Amino acid sequence: MPSDSKLLAGNLAVARKAAAPKPNLLAFARIAGARSLPWLLPVALFAAWYVSTKYGFIDPTFLPAPGDVLSGFQQVSQTGELWNDLAISTGRALGGLAIGGGIGFALGILNGLSPLSAKLLDTTLQMLRNIPILALIPLAILWFGIGESAKLFLIALGVFFPVYLNTYHGIRNVDAGLVEMARTYGLRGPKLFFQVIFPGALPSILVGLRYALGIMWLVLIVAEMVSASSGIGYMTMNARDDMQTNIVVLGILIYALLGKLADLFAYGLERRFLRWHQTYAKPR
Amino acid sequence: MSGTQPGETREHPGAALSISHVKKSFGETGVLRDISLSIKPGEFVTIVGHSGCGKSTLLRLLAGLDQPDHGDITLDGAPMRLANREVRLMFQEARLLPWMTVLQNVGLGLTGDWQPRARTILRQTGLESRAGDWPAILSGGQKQRVALARALVGQPRLLLMDEPLGALDALTRMAMQELILQIWRAQKFTAILVTHDVQEAVALADRVIVLERGAIGQELAVPLSHPRDIGSPEFAALEGSILKRLLRQH
Repeated sequence: MPSDSKLLAGNLAVARKAAAPKPNLLAFARIAGARSLPWLLPVALFAAWYVSTKYGFIDPTFLPAPGDVLSGFQQVSQTGELWNDLAISTGRALGGLAIGGGIGFALGILNGLSPLSAKLLDTTLQMLRNIPILALIPLAILWFGIGESAKLFLIALGVFFPVYLNTYHGIRNVDAGLVEMARTYGLRGPKLFFQVIFPGALPSILVGLRYALGIMWLVLIVAEMVSASSGIGYMTMNARDDMQTNIVVLGILIYALLGKLADLFAYGLERRFLRWHQTYAKPR
Repeated sequence: MSGTQPGETREHPGAALSISHVKKSFGETGVLRDISLSIKPGEFVTIVGHSGCGKSTLLRLLAGLDQPDHGDITLDGAPMRLANREVRLMFQEARLLPWMTVLQNVGLGLTGDWQPRARTILRQTGLESRAGDWPAILSGGQKQRVALARALVGQPRLLLMDEPLGALDALTRMAMQELILQIWRAQKFTAILVTHDVQEAVALADRVIVLERGAIGQELAVPLSHPRDIGSPEFAALEGSILKRLLRQH
């Protein structure tokens, strides 16, 4: 019997050696192929855009060529218009996030920890949540005019709900067994909160932040397009009035870029603070 | 942190536990019906019984997590309370905090210069090399060993265990039983283990208590010396008599 199994193992080893690819080139090509696969579609779309505008399949008034968008970028960046508008838009977005996110975070923690507070406030907040935020734009303009406060108000309200809901949900769903264990080890008050409850709620809180960042840009864009005298949205709408399609496309691309940056930021936070979590331990 | 204050004389590192006429119901159901039990310092007692016999409820009362409806539980003459440093409870699940390293988990709730003590106890439980790891990458047996280290680092005088080995495979289980016994003999704390495994109960205990529908059905001293041979006729006789009692009820 032992000699049989040894023989079998030997055969297997031979078979494996025969099946292995001869040079590493094949393996390298396979890895490179797998890495580049996600980029295949974007590159193809870009090529289609380039070709169809270059050979006149598409009227440049509807969709300008990539080169026109680039020259549009040079134009507005040289006059400083772009950087000025970008700074204003970013300031609005972050200001609204700080106000709405801060209040949502505080209320989420308060309601998560205090059943009395949750009874008092949660139903009301859940009702308000059902109002589509963009429907409030006319009202916000009536209340605050087209100044900064209207946009801050809308963004703050927009980011409030995802931050509030996920913070509240996260605190409420902390493993009760862990809290009970910590109590038997004498943890109470701030120690119990910072060592057990808050870290337990953090994955959910960061999900809320990620949603909030998405909503932040969305509300900002719409608010700036409807009523503003500065910002990327204003730049875009102004260009539309002048039929500068390349600037319009540039504005859209900048919004996409800002959204991606916000997403990367949220991802970075998750990688940093949820290292212990198996989902985030490995690179994506 | 635990233990002996300077100038205090204590006869035994283990605590004496006294349970007198304890009753506990949840709603209409009487879970514990008049339990009285006295446990000597340093004694190892196991409690066996069918699921639902009230053994976990009794342990929660002993840990101060719940209060009895009636009766008294005292530790060295003082009433039992929650978060007593002299009492530690091991749960069925390890309940490690996933966002803390193994070492930080062991040091939970400790103050002052706790790290050397936590490392020492990790060495005793054979997990010193895993001190910096997250609990998520440990096996079930390793997690329970960390939970054991966390329970023991403060040198408790009473260690309560609520089926902590129930979810482990047979080999890991036996290694853990050996580890618990070894540390118990070195530190001489009082130990109470709840289990549904009769062999485990007899292998570890000085005294086995059979809980039947919320009351003490049988008390059995185990006069065998350690290490115990689970194949010996004496061991088999004790195990058999408990099993017979448990099976008769159903």
